[in-house]
Amino acid sequence: MSPTGKLKLIDRVTAINWNRLEDEKDLEVWDRLVGNFWLPEKVPVSNDIQSWNTLSEHEKTMTSRVFTGLTLLDTIQGTVGAVSLIPDALTPHEEAVYTNIAFMESVHAKSYSSIFSTLLSTPEIDAAFEWSESNEHLQKKAEIVLDYYRGDDPLKRKVASTMLESFLFYSGFYAPMYWSSRAKLTNTADLIRLIIRDEAVHGYYIGYKYQKGLAKLTQPEQDELKAYTFDLLFELYENEVEYTDSLYGELGLTEDVKKFLRYNGNKALMNLGYEALFPKEDTDVNPAILAALSPNADENHDFFSGSGSSYVIGKAVETEDDDWDF
Amino acid sequence: MGSLVYFSSVSENTHRFVEKLALEELGMSVHRIPLRPADGFLRVDEPYVLMAPTYGGGNEGGAVPRQVRKFLNDEHNRSLIRGVIAAGNTNFGAAYCITGDIIAAKCDVPYLYAFELLGTAQDVTRVRNGLGRFWQQQPLSLSA
Repeated sequence: MSPTGKLKLIDRVTAINWNRLEDEKDLEVWDRLVGNFWLPEKVPVSNDIQSWNTLSEHEKTMTSRVFTGLTLLDTIQGTVGAVSLIPDALTPHEEAVYTNIAFMESVHAKSYSSIFSTLLSTPEIDAAFEWSESNEHLQKKAEIVLDYYRGDDPLKRKVASTMLESFLFYSGFYAPMYWSSRAKLTNTADLIRLIIRDEAVHGYYIGYKYQKGLAKLTQPEQDELKAYTFDLLFELYENEVEYTDSLYGELGLTEDVKKFLRYNGNKALMNLGYEALFPKEDTDVNPAILAALSPNADENHDFFSGSGSSYVIGKAVETEDDDWDF
Repeated sequence: MGSLVYFSSVSENTHRFVEKLALEELGMSVHRIPLRPADGFLRVDEPYVLMAPTYGGGNEGGAVPRQVRKFLNDEHNRSLIRGVIAAGNTNFGAAYCITGDIIAAKCDVPYLYAFELLGTAQDVTRVRNGLGRFWQQQPLSLSA
């Protein structure tokens, strides 16, 4: 509060001028986010009702709990996380990108509600939310991240935010990819893929801004933040393993999910500009899960280690870009 | 011996991968496509493999960075491309590394390799060794 008793937001107002960019990445990412915009109404989740009814009780319970966990994370990111990054922004364009990210996280949170209301009864929904509120590992993960959002270090906030966008969601994202690989809940999976795509741009952008900030620090400060990042990843990973087991243990999927966690943990580190931590043999994600995530990932784009007798010529792709001259 | 031409945005992800390759040690030259028009236009004079990231979007338009499209629009540059390597993120689903598919199809060259984000140590080794072998196997008339 200022002495006048009014809430003091900023010292002065500068009108945002998108024609004068301090960091061209802001406009590029803004354009990508706007181009990716979607609403849950576009996905016919109700087509999954029949498929949902083929799941066992254990499978239904796991799936609904997964979605309450994801709802919680997206609620945090939409109402606290992305918003907490705004005061740290270095340019008005960066602020604008964070407002877009915050809004989309709220769209994500609402999407889970539309999945719930389509597939579950009200008592089932209530039971799933009750579980998420009493699951210590889910609550702990929320607490760890919220602590950093409330802290006073802008760069640590970005690290925590990137971890959330690029790592903490994936114990939950595994489930719809698992169902998709078994040709179940495929519309739900389509909706989740839209969320996964958004989180990639969010993690990339926040991680990029972290690296920009980091570059201005002294070497000892940079070393400290790197150590902090890896410590945080370890702390979150240990908790994710427990959380994963509480969700998937009953179905015997814990080890498979853990590979997916480590694979995404590496990607979170890369978004922050660091080398992958988990070795290849610990991140060999089940090919069916990887294919559900990206049908293009299981094609063998490794001409170098192949027989060399044949190679993939890219498949014909309709490009809408009008600035190709050939 | 051929060369590598690459594009990397201000995020420098692809640039860092190229640095780790240390291709100069193998006798390959490395050229970076300029970020801004003010930085000039890259014109190459020897066969090259092109490496570029994929921009993630809701549709496949805009996946290939604008600067790369401009570089390839130059007929002379285009005549010297021998292969493509793409970076991307599996989070983009079917559009993962689609830059490689698009360029391979448009330029009729092999799609040599795809890697995620900064690439892993294994990606670096595979691409480094692979490029070395690739140029040795190219017909002299084409790679000279």
